[in-house]
Formats: sequence, structure tokens, C-alpha cells
Amino acid sequence: MSPILLIEQVLNGLQSGIMLFLMAAGLTLIFGVMGLINLAHGSLYMIGAFAAAAVAAATGSFVIGLIAALIAAAAAGALIELVVIRRLYDRDHLDQVLATFALILVFSEGTRWLFGSFPLYLDVPAALAGPVTLPGGILYPAYRLLITAVGLVVAIGLFALIARTRIGIQIRAGEADREMIAALGVDISKLYTLVFALGAALAGLAGALVGAIQSVQVGMGEPVLILAFVVVVIGGIGSIKGALVGALLVGLTDTLGSVLLPLAFSAFMEPAAATSIGSALASMSIYILMAGVLLFKPTGLFGKA
Amino acid sequence: MIMARETLLNIILFALLPVTALIAWGLDEPYIITLATKAAILALAGVGLNIALGLGGLISFGHAAFFGIGGYAMGILASHAQSYAPIMEVPFLIEGTKSMPVIWLVATLTSALAALAIGALSLRTSGVYFIMITLAFGQMLYYFAISWPAYGGEDGLSIYLRNDFPGLNTLVPLTFFSICFAILAVVLWGTSRVARAPFGLALSASRQNAVRVETVGIAPYRIRLVAFVISGAVTGLAGALFADLNRFVSPTMFSWHTSGEIMIFVILGGVGRLYGPVAGAALFILLEHILGGLSDFWHIYLGILLLLVVLFARGGLIGTLVGREVAHE
Repeated sequence: MSPILLIEQVLNGLQSGIMLFLMAAGLTLIFGVMGLINLAHGSLYMIGAFAAAAVAAATGSFVIGLIAALIAAAAAGALIELVVIRRLYDRDHLDQVLATFALILVFSEGTRWLFGSFPLYLDVPAALAGPVTLPGGILYPAYRLLITAVGLVVAIGLFALIARTRIGIQIRAGEADREMIAALGVDISKLYTLVFALGAALAGLAGALVGAIQSVQVGMGEPVLILAFVVVVIGGIGSIKGALVGALLVGLTDTLGSVLLPLAFSAFMEPAAATSIGSALASMSIYILMAGVLLFKPTGLFGKA
Repeated sequence: MIMARETLLNIILFALLPVTALIAWGLDEPYIITLATKAAILALAGVGLNIALGLGGLISFGHAAFFGIGGYAMGILASHAQSYAPIMEVPFLIEGTKSMPVIWLVATLTSALAALAIGALSLRTSGVYFIMITLAFGQMLYYFAISWPAYGGEDGLSIYLRNDFPGLNTLVPLTFFSICFAILAVVLWGTSRVARAPFGLALSASRQNAVRVETVGIAPYRIRLVAFVISGAVTGLAGALFADLNRFVSPTMFSWHTSGEIMIFVILGGVGRLYGPVAGAALFILLEHILGGLSDFWHIYLGILLLLVVLFARGGLIGTLVGREVAHE
């Protein structure tokens, strides 16, 4: 394999890793602060993508579509937090899993009812549709490069928000001891709604950004949700740093595995068998990675014991 | 008094499926018999999950893995029998088969082995990690089934004729229903025995207070692993029957929606109750039939109903009918 192709795949892996981070950050934040496992996070991703596609088609502007995605996902997040999620904080995980699974059914079928079963298409803005030339003469799609950068900026912003702002201090305090910060006069239920809406907005942003590369359809959030779970488990539940490391690991393993494994097998097998065994193994590679991490660190790379 | 009501309810629930099937047979409505068969098979899958979930408190979100393995065990054996091509010739000859008892044995053993591997890894963790890891293992097999081309890949495998059971014509709907229901009855009886045996008591105790169980010299990990293996084996058997009912297997059996639905049967009926999955699966099929006839988007109503059950009716159907005693904590 040529080095140029390899670099391209590494860039693709980084891009999918950064998008996964946007999903996983919300999940891990919600779990860390509220102790809630939220399966409906994939639905928020889907809502972001649909809002972006619908609004971009109506206004002709990709940026307005992105803003709509952020607003729609945050609003949907705040709404389900107020109506449903709030009642689940002191329930056990089983109830949380079931209630949020029920939310997925409602959101998926509701979206199918509103938009139909056919995928929508969100076009990459014309200025970003072509490739750019990277050092070394590598041609790479400008849009993918841009969303990697946007994701990185958002990641830095999130770290700054958690580490430097008053809200961030409250979020970290909420993870450590929720009764204590309530006693100190922080409106804990408002904080929870805010954290949930923030996580939802990140998921919606990821959905809208990825929606322009893939098709926007019902159920698009579920594979991503499960990858994000793998990320959160690898990184350690509740750790944003872990989510970043885990997301990059998973993104790179997934992308490189599907290219390199069939090649590796073809070195000593006939091509057809190598392709089928290689791609079957590649589809399992991130789970093997996760199992490996858990063998040595049952609470993930950065999880608290 | 509460116990007596639950016993009465259990008897009604147990009789519900065969009575429905018999009435449908009398009215010559084979479709209803098929629905009752489906309910019995899904109940069996739920009974399997309930051993881990209800007795052991192990929230497995990956039981579709075992359901799918059972399904593919049937699909692979029957498709080789159908095409007269042996599964493997070296180092020794293994041929396909159309015999149900052999298929059941293979389905149970392979899903038990898978449960041993998945359980041994997953049980090192607990809480949310356990939920997510079992989910991830289920998805791993799902993607494997999709990308492995030998047995249909994404399209799945069709079996033209239902498999055989010695001395019975399995193509008659009522006969196949009787086979499935007999298995369900045997497994229910076995589960009730296991729950009251020292092993079941130790399992319940390690759900309630693992530290105490350890203090009296029992390792919770091993107890849980055995429970997980039994649980996976039962769900795998249900998978083989389900594949036989549809004469079709596809990667959908592995999908996490399947795991969610098996969990719904357990919860709708009532967690940790012997007949909970029977009530839940019957209710699920009924809802699918009624709501599915009303609207193409019946999953919306199912979702809302499930939300209401989780938020407001915490003992499930049986808990609501017999009083608010909740067996799970």
C-alpha cells in the first residue's frame, strides 16, 4: 500500500474519531454528572442531522442548517430531560436503559412518520466540495478536513469550559458530590438540564456534520451510539479525556482495520478468502480492542476504580 | 394472599397460550396458532434472559448474541443438509442435519460456549460497564454475521422446509406449537427448580449483597458466570426454534433491537418473576398484532407504553395485577 493512501486513511480515522468524540463526550458527561446511561443519545444525533438537512434544503444555507441542528438537538435534549430523564436519576440502570430505549422507539418512528423512510441528503457546501492539496501532494476532501478541525476546536472549547468556567466547576463538583453542591446553593436540576442539553447539542452537531458525508436516515444514530459506548468504556466512564483518547483509538482502529486487515491476509491467502476474512475481522476489531483494554483495566483507561 | 393471587395468575398465564392455540385450531385460524407459537418462543428467550437479569441482577443488553447463535446453528446445519454438502471434511466429517433434537443440542451448546466466553470477560466488570460490554459483544456478532459471506451475509439464509422431529409432522402449525410449548414448559419447570436450589439461592443472594456471599465462602463471579451460561443457552435454544418458525435466519436476530425486545418481554411481564416473560411476550405479540394493524408506526405506541410501565408500573404486568411486591432491587 502506498504511503499516500495510508496517510489518507489515517486522516479518515482521525475525522471519524473526532466525530465519535462529540458523541462520546455527551454520553460520558451525562453519566459522570447524573449517573445516567442514555441510549437515546443516538436519537439526538439523528435529530441534528434531520434538522440540518431539512433547514439547509429550505434556506439553501449549510451554516443555517448547522445552527438549526444545534438548536433542535439541544431543545429535544432539554425537553426529554424535563419530561422523562429527570424521573430516572434515582432509578437503577435497568430502568434507565428501558426508558431511554423506549425514547429511541418513539423518536425513530416519529421521524419516519414525519420524513418518510427515504433518506434525505445534505449537500456539502460548494466551497468545500473539492479536494485540497496537503504537503506531500496528497489530495484530501476539504470538507472532511474542515469537520476534523471543527471537531478539534469544539473539543478544546469543551475542555476549557470544564476546566476554566464557573459552569465547569459546578459540573465537576456535581460529579464529586451532588448533595454538597445542592447544599451550597447551586440549582442542581437546572444544572442537570443544562448538561443534558449541552451533550445533546454536541450529538446534534456531530449528526449534522457527518450527515453531509453519509445519507440522513432513520436509525443512523444507532451504529454511532454503540461505537460511542465502546469509546466510553475504553476511555473510562465519566472521563472526558478518556473519551477523547478512546474516540481516536476507535476511529483509527476501525478505519485502518478495514483497509489493512484484508491486505494483511492477502499476503498468505487467496484474494477472495482474504477479503472476506479480513473484512469480517475488521468489523470486529474495535470490540476486540475493547475486550483487550478491559482485560487489563476493567474500568477503562482513565476510569476511576 | 398475594402469593395465592400470583399462583392463580401463573396458572392462567400458563394456560393462555395452549388455550389460544386450541381455539384457533378449532376455528381453523392457522395464523393465530403461528402467533401463539411465536409468543411461546419469545417467552422462552425471555425466560433465558430472566435467569441472568431477574435472579442474578445481571443486566445483559446482548442476549441477541445467543438468540442469533441459536438461529444460525439451525440455519447452518439445515442449509448443509438441504444442499447435501458437508460442513467440514477434515479432520473428520461433519454433515448438516434436519433433525430438530440434534439442532437444539448444537444450538444450546454453541450458545452456552459463547455465553461462557462473553460472560467470562464481561463479568469482570459491573454496573454500566457490564450493560455496555454485553451490548458491544452482541453488536460484534451482528457485524460479523453481516460481513461473513458464506452463510448469506446481510441477506440471511432461507430454509425451504421446516426441520423434522421423529414421529411428528412439524409442518402442522398445532404440532409445531406443541413442541415449542412443551420446551417452554420444561424450561419453566427447570427454572423454578434452579431458583429454589442452593445455586439459585446463592445467585439471588449475590445479587442482593455480593460482599456477604463472599464472606460465607462463595465466589459470586463463578455463580454469576454459571447463571450467565445457562441463561445464554436457553435464549440460544429459543433462537433455534424462532429460526425454525420463520424458516429463515438473518443478522437481524443479532441486532441490539432484538436484545432490547427480549428485555422488554421480561420487563413488561415483571422482572424476576417466573412467568413474567410469558406474560410479557404474550402481551408484546398482542400489541404488535393490534397496534400494528392500526398504524404502521406502532413502535411509537410501544415506546410510550414501555415508558409508562417503567415510570409508573414498576412490577410490570404481573406486579400490577397481584400487588406492588417488587422482586428486583
